[in-house]
Amino acid sequence: MTVQRHFIILFAGCVALSHAMAAQVAVHVEPMRLQTSRPLTDQSKAAVIRDYLHAWNGLQAALEQNRPELLDADFVGIARDRLADTVHQQGQLGIRTHYQDRSHDLQILFYSPDGMSIELTDKVEYDVQLIDHDKVISTRRENARYLVVLTPSEVRWRVRVFQSTHD
Amino acid sequence: MRSGFTILLSSLAVAAAQLALGQGTTMSLPNTVEAGTAFSIQSTGSGKATLYIIGTGQVLKRDVQLGETVSFPAGSLYNAGRYLAVLAQESSTQNGSFDVVPAKKPVDMSFFAKPSRLPVGLHNAITGTVFVFDTYHNLISAPTPVSFELSTPSGAVQKRTVVSNQGAAWTAMDSTAQQGIDRFVARVEDVSSTRIVGQVPGDPCTLKMSARPSGQQVELITDPVRDCSGNAIPDGTIVTFTQTYKRTQSTIDQPLKRGVAQVTMQVHPGATLSVASGVVMGNQIGWVR
Repeated sequence: MTVQRHFIILFAGCVALSHAMAAQVAVHVEPMRLQTSRPLTDQSKAAVIRDYLHAWNGLQAALEQNRPELLDADFVGIARDRLADTVHQQGQLGIRTHYQDRSHDLQILFYSPDGMSIELTDKVEYDVQLIDHDKVISTRRENARYLVVLTPSEVRWRVRVFQSTHD
Repeated sequence: MRSGFTILLSSLAVAAAQLALGQGTTMSLPNTVEAGTAFSIQSTGSGKATLYIIGTGQVLKRDVQLGETVSFPAGSLYNAGRYLAVLAQESSTQNGSFDVVPAKKPVDMSFFAKPSRLPVGLHNAITGTVFVFDTYHNLISAPTPVSFELSTPSGAVQKRTVVSNQGAAWTAMDSTAQQGIDRFVARVEDVSSTRIVGQVPGDPCTLKMSARPSGQQVELITDPVRDCSGNAIPDGTIVTFTQTYKRTQSTIDQPLKRGVAQVTMQVHPGATLSVASGVVMGNQIGWVR
């Protein structure tokens, strides 16, 4: 059991490390403050974090290339629809945006008793670059707190709500 | 040489003028905008520019005249989130950010109730989870009271009120003693959503059979089979009759019909007859005839 636990923690660390190495992203996971009585296993926690961080890659690619289909693997429901609408709006206006996450400070808040949704917050630092007809207009670093709800799909957790909040 | 120096001076003068123009241009952004409401952005300076509003939820682009107020009518920005505003001229840009926050009034909810069917008499076995949204389907993160109500056909009602935390609220309720169709209602202000939960009888509580001769055979019949709350076990539930005789066993599975299970079987004198359903054992009869 202890070996398995260590393996899971190591696995979660490797996931975070691989994401960090890919784009020099710092990932920090706060201790959980779960609201429900349903326990969250280390394996599920690692999977949720892995899939959420992966979703940022999908978001970056879709908004930079104006290709909504790149959202399908990571986003579902209202989150997918909104991002896809944004991609279409960008395409109509002739602009692209490049989102580069720099750091994530994650905390899992809620695991629904039926196991069908997990809510987390992410204090994320990221750069936004605005490109209009291939001309870089502006680049700005932002800090925002995202509220994220993920639901399980066939083989992974997918983002259903993706919304930054005003604190 | 002199001509080159003049060009250099001219270039520096133009650059200085453009910088001054850039520095003289400012943009006044709202701190927050409630989703779907009108807002405006004030700029100073002169000349034409392009204003971009950039977010993961929406993107807007306007040609603007510097020094004028740019008004965005209600419904322009409705997806909550952080937005970057960029005021771009030919040679300079100003940028800033602001937040679009969810509307205060809850208008929609996602209500997940599990399970849709369960046995009676279980503690905290029915769970409900609610996510609260505004009219634009923004998750309302402000604490919001959510009431849950589970009512049975007999009129028994369980009520809970939970204040949502970061848009989510949940509760757990007991299945009641009586079988039937329950209504599980979640309500936020004047918005409600209903789920149906079927409560079915639990395991048989007592299982009792009787035996009587029927020609050369023996007829075994159970009393009406009920759970511990007195609910009739549904027809189709399998009841197993077993005859044990000299270390050999023979069994017959029979479904409940009209609440009882009945079978006719060849029985050896001296055999022991027993009855069971699932993990519940009934009485035993020693057949002596």
